[in-house]
Amino acid sequence: MKPRNKRLAFVLLALVSVGAASALISKAMKGNLAYLHSPEEVLNGVVPKGQVFRLGGLVKEGSLERSDSKLEARFIVRDNRDNEITVVTDKILPDLFKEGKSQVSRGKMADDGLFYADEVLAKHDAEYMPQELKDTLEKEHTPQAASSTKGGTY
Amino acid sequence: MKINWFKYSAPMNFYPLAGKLIPLFWILAIALIALGLYWGFFKTADVLSDQKQYYRIIYVHVASAWMAMWLYAVMVAWAMVGLVFNTRLSFMMASATAITGTVMTVIALATGAIWGKTSWGTWWDWDPKLTSFLILLFVYIGYIALQSAIDDVRRSDKASALLALVGLALVPIIYYAVNCPDPNECASLHQESSLERVESNILIAMLITTLGFWMYSFATILMRVRTIILERERNTSWVSKLKEFNN
Repeated sequence: MKPRNKRLAFVLLALVSVGAASALISKAMKGNLAYLHSPEEVLNGVVPKGQVFRLGGLVKEGSLERSDSKLEARFIVRDNRDNEITVVTDKILPDLFKEGKSQVSRGKMADDGLFYADEVLAKHDAEYMPQELKDTLEKEHTPQAASSTKGGTY
Repeated sequence: MKINWFKYSAPMNFYPLAGKLIPLFWILAIALIALGLYWGFFKTADVLSDQKQYYRIIYVHVASAWMAMWLYAVMVAWAMVGLVFNTRLSFMMASATAITGTVMTVIALATGAIWGKTSWGTWWDWDPKLTSFLILLFVYIGYIALQSAIDDVRRSDKASALLALVGLALVPIIYYAVNCPDPNECASLHQESSLERVESNILIAMLITTLGFWMYSFATILMRVRTIILERERNTSWVSKLKEFNN
C-alpha cells in the first residue's frame, strides 16, 4: 500500500469511528439525559424528596393564580397523561409564559406536595408565524390543529 | 483542453487568486446581509403568535449557528485533505477557517443568550443543545491553542487536525440533540430546529442572511489564509518577488 493510501484508510477509519461515537452519544442522550422530569415521573417517585430538579410540562389552562399582596404565583403543570403538580414561585414569570404552553421550572418538592420553584422558564416551540396566518391555517385544518394542541410539546 | 486542477493547490498560485476573489465575496456578503436584514426587519410581521419584535434576532442567530457548525465541517475536511495528501495549503485553509468559525460560534451564543433572556427568562441554561454548542466553542479554541502551542508547523498541523476530527462528533449531536420525533423523549429548553412551521417570509430572510454570512466567511477566510501563506512561505523566492514587497 502506498503511504498516501495508508493515510487515506486511516482518515476514513477515524471518520467512521467518530460517526459511530456521535451516534452512540446521541442515543445515550435521548435515553438517560435527566435534563427535566415530567409530572408523571415525579409522582411515581423517580426523584428523591428534597432534591433540586427541573420540572417540565404544560401549564394547565385556567390554573394560574397570582397573589394580590405579594409576588407569588401558583399554577398547575400537567403532562399528556393528566398527571398534575402544583408549582409555587415568587419569581418573575417570563414573557412567553402562558397557560396551555410548555414551561420548565427548577426547584424541589416539599412535604406539602407542592413544587417550590426558584426559576421558571418558558419553553418555546419552533413556530414562527404571525397570528393572522396561524388563525387561517387552524381554520383550514381544524381536526389536525386540535390534535396537535392536545399533544403539546415540552 | 486539459485543466490542471492542482495548479491552485500551490500557495504560490492560490495567493493571487484569493486576492482577486476577496472583493467579490465582500460585495456579495454586504449585499446579501443588507438584503436579508432589510427583508427581515421591514417585510415581516412585527408580532408573531407568541413572540414580539425580539424574535427578529433569529436572522443573525440562526445564520451564525448554522455557519458555526458548517465551518467546523469545512475545517475538518481541509484538515483531512491535508493529512492524506500532505498539501501545505489545505492545513492553512483549516487554520484560517477555525478563526471565522470561532467568531460565528460566539455570535450564535451571544444572540441566543439575548433572545433567551427575553423569551425563556434566562441568559443561559445547561440544556443539551446549549451545552453541546458551548463545547463546540471550546473545541474551536482548543484547536487554535494547540496549533499555536507547537512550534514545528508540520507537527502542529497534524496534531490539531486530529483534535478537529475528534471534535466532529459534536456537530451531529448539536443538530440532533433536540430533534427527535417525540419531544417527551429528548427533553430540552431549546426548541426543535424545524423549518416547517416558520412563515415563508421569515424563512426567506433567514436564508438570505445565512448566505450573506457564508460569503462573509469566504471573504475573511481567504484574507486570513493569505496572511498565513505569507507567514509560512516568507523565505521563498516567490514571496520576495511579490510586487507589494518591492516598491
